[in-house]
Amino acid sequence: MSNQDKKKKVLSRRDFLKTIGAAGVATTGLSACVGGGKDGTLTTAAGEIPTDRMTYRTNPTSGDKVSLLGFGMMRLPSVGGRSAREGNEEIDQEMVNELVDYAIAHGVNYFDTSPAYCRGKSEHATGIALSRHPRDKYFIATKLSNFSPATWSREASIAMYRNSLKELQVDYIDYLLLHGVGMGGGMEEFENRYMNNGILDFLLEERKSGRIRNLGFSYHGDVRVFDYLLSRHDEYKWDFVQIQLNYLDWKYAKQINPRNTDAEYLYGELEKRGIPAVIMEPLLGGRLSNVPSTIVARLKQREPEMSVASWAFRFAGSLPGVHTVLSGMTRMEHLEDNLRTYAPLKPLTEDDFRFLQETATRMMQFDTIPCNDCKYCMPCPYGLDIPAILLHYNKCLNEGNIPESMQEENYRKARRAFLVGYDRNVPKLRQANRCIGCNQCSVHCPQRIDIPKELHRIDAYVERLKQEIG
Amino acid sequence: MLRKIRLTFAVLFFLAVTALFLDFTGTVHAWLGWTAKIQFLPALLALNAGVVIALVLLTLLAGRVYCSVICPLGVMQDIVSWISGRRKKKRYRFSYSPEKKWLRYCVLVLFVAALIAGIGSFVALLAPYSSYGRIASNLFAPIYRLGNNLLAYFAERADSYAFYETEVWMKSLSTFVIAVTTFIVLAVLAWRNGRTYCNTICPVGTVLGFFSRFSLFRITIDESKCNRCGLCSRKCKAACIDGKEHRIDYSRCVVCMDCLDTCKHGAIGFRMRTKASDKKTGKEENPKADNSQIDTARRNFLSATAVLAATSAVKAQEKKVDGGLAVIEDKKIPVRATPIVPPGAWSARHFAQHCTACQLCVSACPNNVLRPSTDLQKLMQPEMSYERGYCRPECTRCSDVCPAGAIRPITIEEKSSARIGHAVWIRKNCIPLTDGVECGNCARHCPSGAILMVPSDSEDVNSVKIPVVNAERCIGCGACENLCPARPFSAIYVEGHTMHSVM
Repeated sequence: MSNQDKKKKVLSRRDFLKTIGAAGVATTGLSACVGGGKDGTLTTAAGEIPTDRMTYRTNPTSGDKVSLLGFGMMRLPSVGGRSAREGNEEIDQEMVNELVDYAIAHGVNYFDTSPAYCRGKSEHATGIALSRHPRDKYFIATKLSNFSPATWSREASIAMYRNSLKELQVDYIDYLLLHGVGMGGGMEEFENRYMNNGILDFLLEERKSGRIRNLGFSYHGDVRVFDYLLSRHDEYKWDFVQIQLNYLDWKYAKQINPRNTDAEYLYGELEKRGIPAVIMEPLLGGRLSNVPSTIVARLKQREPEMSVASWAFRFAGSLPGVHTVLSGMTRMEHLEDNLRTYAPLKPLTEDDFRFLQETATRMMQFDTIPCNDCKYCMPCPYGLDIPAILLHYNKCLNEGNIPESMQEENYRKARRAFLVGYDRNVPKLRQANRCIGCNQCSVHCPQRIDIPKELHRIDAYVERLKQEIG
Repeated sequence: MLRKIRLTFAVLFFLAVTALFLDFTGTVHAWLGWTAKIQFLPALLALNAGVVIALVLLTLLAGRVYCSVICPLGVMQDIVSWISGRRKKKRYRFSYSPEKKWLRYCVLVLFVAALIAGIGSFVALLAPYSSYGRIASNLFAPIYRLGNNLLAYFAERADSYAFYETEVWMKSLSTFVIAVTTFIVLAVLAWRNGRTYCNTICPVGTVLGFFSRFSLFRITIDESKCNRCGLCSRKCKAACIDGKEHRIDYSRCVVCMDCLDTCKHGAIGFRMRTKASDKKTGKEENPKADNSQIDTARRNFLSATAVLAATSAVKAQEKKVDGGLAVIEDKKIPVRATPIVPPGAWSARHFAQHCTACQLCVSACPNNVLRPSTDLQKLMQPEMSYERGYCRPECTRCSDVCPAGAIRPITIEEKSSARIGHAVWIRKNCIPLTDGVECGNCARHCPSGAILMVPSDSEDVNSVKIPVVNAERCIGCGACENLCPARPFSAIYVEGHTMHSVM
């Protein structure tokens, strides 16, 4: 086993570096290896992963017993591993099947997808993988992802919903979400997408008829939409709400970006009303597993045998109002590590909780760009690979390879690592100097990053390195 | 012993010059750049009197040592010939042949005429160092770079930054074809007859051959010891020893010293000239132009279109799903009324007259800007184009490496103010006007601040902004052209200047 683990570690480290700035950045798993962690194996405990010890949470309205680990189908593996970063690779269906089978065998029963994910191919792949199992073994969550104005009409939105049923090969949806309310144009866009066209009423009807068993929404961005929808809870009876929650966003989401809302508030509002919270981005697209070395040391010092990622999952899972925690598991290692964390959950103590909050405070000192590699901004019409650029910058920041001046001791080494790594992670024609600033991307960003500004900043930094100024 | 010394130096020089053409990191040049600068023709064109006089003196002292040691093309032929000689029963495969004086001098006269008339392509075709440069940069360098890329592939997996990937691409089909043809012809000639090219075609060989007739030290045959076995003739790759007559044609002898050890009777030595030995040389028979040497002059000039794989254009479209990458269409080369030559060339005419088209700068250019010209007049001489990169402000690599003085040394500061061309805006391609989005990528990246963004509608200050070029400040680096999002043709491109100027 230890031998196997070692092999896994090597593989995952390599793959991790490969996928940084690439397609499926892990949401979990590799944590033990990052930040120069030569300190142990990937997994926290040796031995078999139990198949019968998953922690479950019960839905107060439907009585569903949902596994605390939910499988996010946004970061599915694609064929050809490395070239997945090119972004146009097909989904590796065989791998998806394998992951889904393993997850179900170990008690996972919640699968979350969307018509938009993986260039619109996630639902199809999810349908294939799940249809191989009895329908009562799993819950399907999908979304009405009518972001594009072309799909704002009633007909187009309903067509999208019906297509989801078809792609997923089911005649009812367990969990249906209004997708990303508050994004883009905030309240106005929300009304265009769900209210003016009567789609919300339509979905409420569908719930009544049983074709939608639970109705909820996922929220990013403009908090007024969140507040508005909750204020009408008595009328709509939300069965669940999906929010972004993790130990960094708990108190710092607003500080990271003034236009976002702290998870503490979001969770509190749901708990007040007894609405189950489905958690997304528990690991911030891998940013809470790929942390600076000092943070790795801090976490490892407290729990040497647990992965860095497991802290983030325990944080989300320990909140009693949390229904399930979604993780986009691209690789088997991620799945295994997460299963170890949640089968069963070892809840955080109050002391642990304070410790994580202090860790978050320390992490705030690092100026990483809050990109979670969700790829909502993609494809950029001018060919840039936006997440790859931002993730490369973050990676260098974490590894201390962003020299501020030529006088710095490791300037030459860091410069080479940054520039060589840049060309490796991002093809030349897709780098930051190609950004024309048209700003078509920013509205799609759930983290509300000012993408052109960041890209121009990175470009200016690259120029400084190339010209060896300062 | 003398032979071993010759071999050692020859190998060292050969490796050094080859390394210059293979290296793409810019490190080797600092150490070995001089090996290109002491090549005869480049030194002559660079008016590097010191080197030229030293080479002539060397030849007057010891014969055509240059051809055996310094000239990479000569050494390359020796290597081919050596491999050929390793075959069974081929150790003594040469034979004496009379000098083809008529051919040699005709070629030389034509060469000098072309040089004066400024027909660069003809000069480049015959110049030995240039020929080798083309072979090295077109045949050896791609293999070397692919090898590097393989290492880079593994380095990436090992999380190492020791190697990085480099682009390998066909810079000019015609030059490639010429390089391949030259290589094949020379290899066949060397395989069969040793130094045929050097002693019939090569203009440098002819010039140095003229001086080497009078060299102080030379190979001589001691008639008292010679039994006329003729073994030396059969070992001489320059076919210049008439063993039966005890005569050696010093204009063709490249002092390889191969004959010294061949003679079983110790009759051959490398000695100071004496009056007696002088008489033995001199008379040569008339040349008979036969066989295939002339093939080198006959070549295919294939018109080279840029080898750019066209991909289908994808217009900016409404985003419906997440992820994926837009297809990027390759840029096409715009038609430039005046070709662009690198900073340091100072004028197109000066450049054309001095460049030997050795391809050293083309191999060295880290930004994929330089490529051989396909224009017949300046065939194979480098010119600039910006579809793959632009002339970056921190780089003076081509001026550092040029051995012929065609691109004179230039500092980064000088370069930043040297106007080699100017940008021209093409309205119909400009993204703000075609797509209706803000852009300004050209202005953002202009190193000299020559591009300003102004409202497209002079009446409306809030209208979408378009670039305007202040030609006075434009240095022609091509950042705007390269980074312009319009494809396949940029909305802004650079026209060259025949005379460069300083801002």
